[in-house]
Amino acid sequence: MCLSVPAKIVELQGRLATVDVMGNRREADVSLVDEPQLGDYVLVHAGFAIQKMTAEDAAESLKLWEEIARVELGE
Amino acid sequence: MSSLASSRPTDLLRRIEERAARLAPRAVRFMEVCGTHTMALFRSGIRAMLPPNVKLLSGPGCPVCVTPMGVVDAAIEIARRPGSCLATFGDMVRVPGSASSLERAKAEGADVRMVYSPLDALKLAEADPGRMVVFFAIGFETTTPTIAATLAYARDRGLKNLLFLAANKVIPPAMEAILAGGEVKLDGFICPGHVSVITGSAVYEPLAAKYRVPCVVTGFEAEDILEGIAMLLLQAVEGRAEVEVQYERWVSREGNAKARERVNEVFEPCDAAWRGLGTIPASGLALRPELRAHDALAVLGVEVPPELENPGCSCGAVLRGLIEPPECPLFASRCTPATPVGPCMVSTEGSCAAFYKYGER
Repeated sequence: MCLSVPAKIVELQGRLATVDVMGNRREADVSLVDEPQLGDYVLVHAGFAIQKMTAEDAAESLKLWEEIARVELGE
Repeated sequence: MSSLASSRPTDLLRRIEERAARLAPRAVRFMEVCGTHTMALFRSGIRAMLPPNVKLLSGPGCPVCVTPMGVVDAAIEIARRPGSCLATFGDMVRVPGSASSLERAKAEGADVRMVYSPLDALKLAEADPGRMVVFFAIGFETTTPTIAATLAYARDRGLKNLLFLAANKVIPPAMEAILAGGEVKLDGFICPGHVSVITGSAVYEPLAAKYRVPCVVTGFEAEDILEGIAMLLLQAVEGRAEVEVQYERWVSREGNAKARERVNEVFEPCDAAWRGLGTIPASGLALRPELRAHDALAVLGVEVPPELENPGCSCGAVLRGLIEPPECPLFASRCTPATPVGPCMVSTEGSCAAFYKYGER
């Protein structure tokens, strides 16, 4: 139930953001994280961003996710 | 699982084997207290790959599973009231109460909605002011801030027709109850990744110190979990009992203070009943008195019946790590995912459902 997904903020209007979750767009409330910015990576749970990540860490994580996805898809 | 074919997991498994061999003949038992870990452990096949002296136990990590039957009964009673609408997260709908379930109440005409976010309940209330929307709120530290924020929006907007049946819980007191109970001897906790995003890893430091139990906050990919287990084994080998973070990309020692402030703004700690564990002091969250106008039990005058259990159901022992699901006499006979008796078979993150689905019977 605590499943949360990493996503990128692609639009931001007040406390509401549009986030990109591996190619899918959805709405997320960003009021629980400090100073959300366009382009930040956030962890989304139950419609809210619950944490954000620096771009540097995000790049590393994305590499890991892509690697895992690639292996899981058998490429 | 095929992701384990890449080189890093192989290295991690080798590290696990080396460390387990150094500990042998001593056997170690680690407990995960997060339903998402339970699922990931089965799906990835990690349990079957571990050396024989490394055993994993599932603890009370599934919010659906630890919600007492009496609260489910109260939710059903609310759902059946004319003019009310009960909204909650998916799996909660199928959990049997003492005589029915929300799913059955819905089939009988009650307005029961499954939602992805508490904000969906807010939207329902705003769209239909004539309907009393009650959000049946369950969840641990990860989920509670989203409910707290929604509650604060309802308060700020003067939304009178959104109430909360609050059954939220916090994890560390349950971990302590398991250690203090002494029924299972644990050599470490695989601490929940997303709970810790909010709490910060510091929340486990008193436990590690008081009970000399290693704690590693772990992520959810197979590699994360293997690394977390390897870190726990190293602590065992070196005789340390510390809090470490494997899931560093999202978890800090401090956690998310802003989210915790939001929670403290609307909730206060209370003693709470856990299925299988009984009442644990300061392990639950109640609405602050000034938010009584949004408290479903107070506004609707509903009482939560005392703790009950289905006869024969062993979910309590499963949640305490005393038995594995196949040891329950009902497992895979009277109790299956299609006709669940206990919550651990209902929830996709329940240990019984995981054992059933992934064939460890």
